Amino acid sequence: MKKVDLMRTGLLLLAAVFVVLGVMRGETAVVLQKAVNICLECIGIG
Amino acid sequence: MKRKISKRLIIQIISALLFNANFRGFAEGRIYTGKLKTLCVPGLNCYSCPGALGSCPIGSLQAVLSGRKHNFSFYVIGVLIFFGVVLGRLICAFLCLFGLVQDLLYKIPVPKLKIPKKADKLLRWLKYLVLLVLVIALPTFVSNQFGIGEPWFCKWLCPAGTLEGGLPLLAGSENLQQAAGGLFAWKLAVLIVIVLASMFVYRPFCKYLCPLGAFYGLFSRVSIFRMKVDKEKCTLCGACEKRCKMGVEIRKNINSAECIRCGECIGSCPTGAISRCIGGFEKNEGEKNDGRTSC
Repeated sequence: MKKVDLMRTGLLLLAAVFVVLGVMRGETAVVLQKAVNICLECIGIG
Repeated sequence: MKRKISKRLIIQIISALLFNANFRGFAEGRIYTGKLKTLCVPGLNCYSCPGALGSCPIGSLQAVLSGRKHNFSFYVIGVLIFFGVVLGRLICAFLCLFGLVQDLLYKIPVPKLKIPKKADKLLRWLKYLVLLVLVIALPTFVSNQFGIGEPWFCKWLCPAGTLEGGLPLLAGSENLQQAAGGLFAWKLAVLIVIVLASMFVYRPFCKYLCPLGAFYGLFSRVSIFRMKVDKEKCTLCGACEKRCKMGVEIRKNINSAECIRCGECIGSCPTGAISRCIGGFEKNEGEKNDGRTSC
């Protein structure tokens, strides 16, 4: 296996672990909460 | 004269429509509030756009970092690493709504400007600064008395939020129009400057300011979608570098962090020395790379 393939595989594994950890910590709820309300900062109001 | 619509433009339009398929939202002046918004889309696409079905990854990252609970977002960083490794900056060329907007603006027939090489090289570092300071550091470390921070990039710089969220929502709401003040004027000015610049310079926001492009660029050398120059076929004519609107030094470093994999260089090469690589496979020939090339 080439070095770049190893790095790619390692990064994909890391990404998977991070996503699972994030979901377990409840980060998706924070994202959803922010996304389903109008983000006043984003649109330039507040 | 009839102009051929490129495959890339078609993919850009389809992806823009797919990621913003809540068409009713534009008519009603409301945003989509379903669970799909838990998922991040790959490109810069404001979640306050009435059509948006998913979340902007840069907005989501700031939302988690600026909250009271977490100082790091495993979820969003994990999603960003996944997108970066699988697609890399191909996302900028094919799947980003604001990239499409800039592409269309550049088609307006006005004289095109070339930024001097030295200035261009320096300005390219700005997007990393934006990522580190406005997206990560300030939302994480600056907070109010309740421990809540702000999405600094979205608030002060992001033109996508003004264009995709601000303008359509304000158009349909008198309350929002009355609430718009100095901040909206600032954000509108930023948007106008970027829109005007995009007519004269190719993708100025992507080149100099986009934190998402900066992040994906970190994975250019390892991403599954890459470009390859066959050095035996290359005659060093330079046609590819003349064609490349992102200013990539193709013969020296085709998989640079600045390459958005648009594929313009492939068509410009008179000897067919440039091709796309998907994993270890060359897209044009469908054969496994034998290891002699940089793919």
